[in-house]
Amino acid sequence: MLEQCEGSHAVAKAVALSRPEVICAYPISPQTHIVEGLGELVKTGELAPCEFINVESEFAALSVAIGASAAGARSYTATASQGLLFMAEAVYNASGLGLPIVMTVANRAIGAPINIWNDHTDSMSMRDAGWLQLFAETNQEALDLHIQAFKIAEELSLPVMVCMDGFILTHAYERVDMPTQAQVDRFLPPYEPRQVLDPNDPVTIGAMVGPEAFTEVRYLAHAKQMQALDLIPQIAEEFRKEFGRDSGGLIKTYKTEDAETIVIALGSVLGTIKDTVDDLRAEGFKVGVLGITSYRPFPISAIRDATANAKRIVVIEKCFAVGIGGIVSRDVRSAVRNRPQPVLTVVAGLGGRAITKASVHKLLLDVIADKLELLTFLDLDWAVVNRVLEREKTQRRSGPVAEGILRDLGGVPSRMG
Amino acid sequence: MEQSLVKFYQTGTFTVGNRLLAPDQRSVQAGTQRSNSLNSGHRACQGCGEALGARYAIDAAMAATNGQLIAANATGCLEVFSTPYPETSWQMPWIHSLFGNAAAVATGIAAAMKAKGRSDVRVVAQGGDGGTTDIGFGCLSGMFERNDDVLYICYDNEAYMNTGVQRSSATPPAARTATTMAVGQHPGNDFGQGKNVPQIAMAHEIPYVATATVADLHDLEYKVTKAMSIRGARYIHIFVPCPLGWGAASHDTIKLSRLAVESGVFPVFEAEHGEVTGVLKIRRKVPVEDYLKPQKRFAHLFGKSPDVATLARLQARADRNIRRFGLLGE
Repeated sequence: MLEQCEGSHAVAKAVALSRPEVICAYPISPQTHIVEGLGELVKTGELAPCEFINVESEFAALSVAIGASAAGARSYTATASQGLLFMAEAVYNASGLGLPIVMTVANRAIGAPINIWNDHTDSMSMRDAGWLQLFAETNQEALDLHIQAFKIAEELSLPVMVCMDGFILTHAYERVDMPTQAQVDRFLPPYEPRQVLDPNDPVTIGAMVGPEAFTEVRYLAHAKQMQALDLIPQIAEEFRKEFGRDSGGLIKTYKTEDAETIVIALGSVLGTIKDTVDDLRAEGFKVGVLGITSYRPFPISAIRDATANAKRIVVIEKCFAVGIGGIVSRDVRSAVRNRPQPVLTVVAGLGGRAITKASVHKLLLDVIADKLELLTFLDLDWAVVNRVLEREKTQRRSGPVAEGILRDLGGVPSRMG
Repeated sequence: MEQSLVKFYQTGTFTVGNRLLAPDQRSVQAGTQRSNSLNSGHRACQGCGEALGARYAIDAAMAATNGQLIAANATGCLEVFSTPYPETSWQMPWIHSLFGNAAAVATGIAAAMKAKGRSDVRVVAQGGDGGTTDIGFGCLSGMFERNDDVLYICYDNEAYMNTGVQRSSATPPAARTATTMAVGQHPGNDFGQGKNVPQIAMAHEIPYVATATVADLHDLEYKVTKAMSIRGARYIHIFVPCPLGWGAASHDTIKLSRLAVESGVFPVFEAEHGEVTGVLKIRRKVPVEDYLKPQKRFAHLFGKSPDVATLARLQARADRNIRRFGLLGE
């Protein structure tokens, strides 16, 4: 049924339709509306049987989900940013234990400086934690991916992170097609694992594993992610059959068939890029877009095939690895290895900076003209940066960075008043 | 089974032999039906107080729940010595997740059981003093505050023994550990303000809080059994000597536990909804020195010139416990 609603509401509803049995909630922007919505559904009795637990930290949120999942309950939580880092130890633990927890990450920057706005630094910090990571482009896809995520997670016994851009998606009101309970029930069977904490069939979970078997356990974690490369498209196809729309999968392509330049990105910015590509196409430039839905596992073959005929690839990513550069683009480079195409890194949208059509248009003209460097920061304010760099040539021991910028401008909060 | 004539040869000792008790008062551990949940063959040190305490506590909890029990374990000695892959000593459903989250994992298990309508299945969480009073304290307090249906058992051996005897917030003043060396002007651990987690648990006004030691295993079983008869958050803090970490003889584990009680160093009590409802009285008060002397971690207080001032401060702490909990008299 079509409805106009906030992205967080759509996700809360989708999670509720997936019949979770335990939900753990800890507030952090911009994820909070999702668990608020779920809390209400549990409190009114609309979502039952389900335990909604207000925990005291993100570390506890995921730990409660770990206990619940190990005891055979379908478990869900949501977080963002600092919250994801605060639960980092449990993030690795959940995947190591093979627990099919689904967690929404409402993508947000990581401080300092503290920043509540959107970028992908948070989930990228957990890209090697053994979770599957699915990135939603729209609220409809965020909704759909959550329903698929439970199925993928439980098939593989691996946790899944559904990543959606904080505020841009979580707080945006859009039209979504909300499935019925009957549809979701047909698509998603109850969770019945082979091994659970059960007094009638006792097992030990979480034993200490030494060098004799640790490598094997880690290899199997990788092998399961490789299986996901087949399973994710398969479940997307099952989803299409039941719900009648394309959602999920490994990658999505837009006008890439004859494209000389292919832009790769994740999440909601794909909309802006596609609009820009339409304009560039009208101007006669052969540009296409490739959206990565499954960032973990990383769909190397799918990306390699989809970009085979392109002259150049540019990755616009909302994150970067300090000290080297792009994160997504490095993975893309390994996908197109041994081919002459340059893979350019464009870091954009950090801490919520708007990625505008105008900026992307200008950027892509530079890309097409082969004028772009290997690593570019979109819309970087060089005046601010150069002022700091110049000062630090003479005085290196500068202290906190953001406060240094403020001090240059004459406004030092700690010295005011 | 036919009852044999009771022989009173144990009269006058501290040991209440099972043969002196009516069959229904005999210990769980004495019964042939005990679950042996923490089975033999594990790798705990000789004389390990934690292994002894865990064995009695979990078997009592198993008996009280008719075997419908799941355990969540914090990282630590108990976890390491009981589950070296591919072996396990646990004859019960058991999970280890992390060092600091046993209480939260237990909450999750309890929530799962509730959602599945399995109110007969109960949950126990357990950890050492590091996993409880330090790194797991946030999750523990959260579990208390929500009054989740979990019994949390802390096996307190007063330091991080698994990592090699480093100080925890449960380490007593003046004790030598690997991070509070017996050197300098004030050797051993500092005199801090202490962190009395049983009393902090009481401040949460949870239904049941108790302390116990491995010197009185009957009392320990009684408290675990009582805790399992109650719903909501419960906490039992068990004093478990560590021969390795304390520099004590393996055969002194029970003796040291008893001396800790009889000196007032470790008050044994129970509390309901934040109010003390019972204390284990001291039968024959002993000076703190009697408890400290057999332990090498306090050796720097004795020798040729005993550290009289520090010993007096430690005695004063014990006396304060005696006063505060009314441990002397009828």
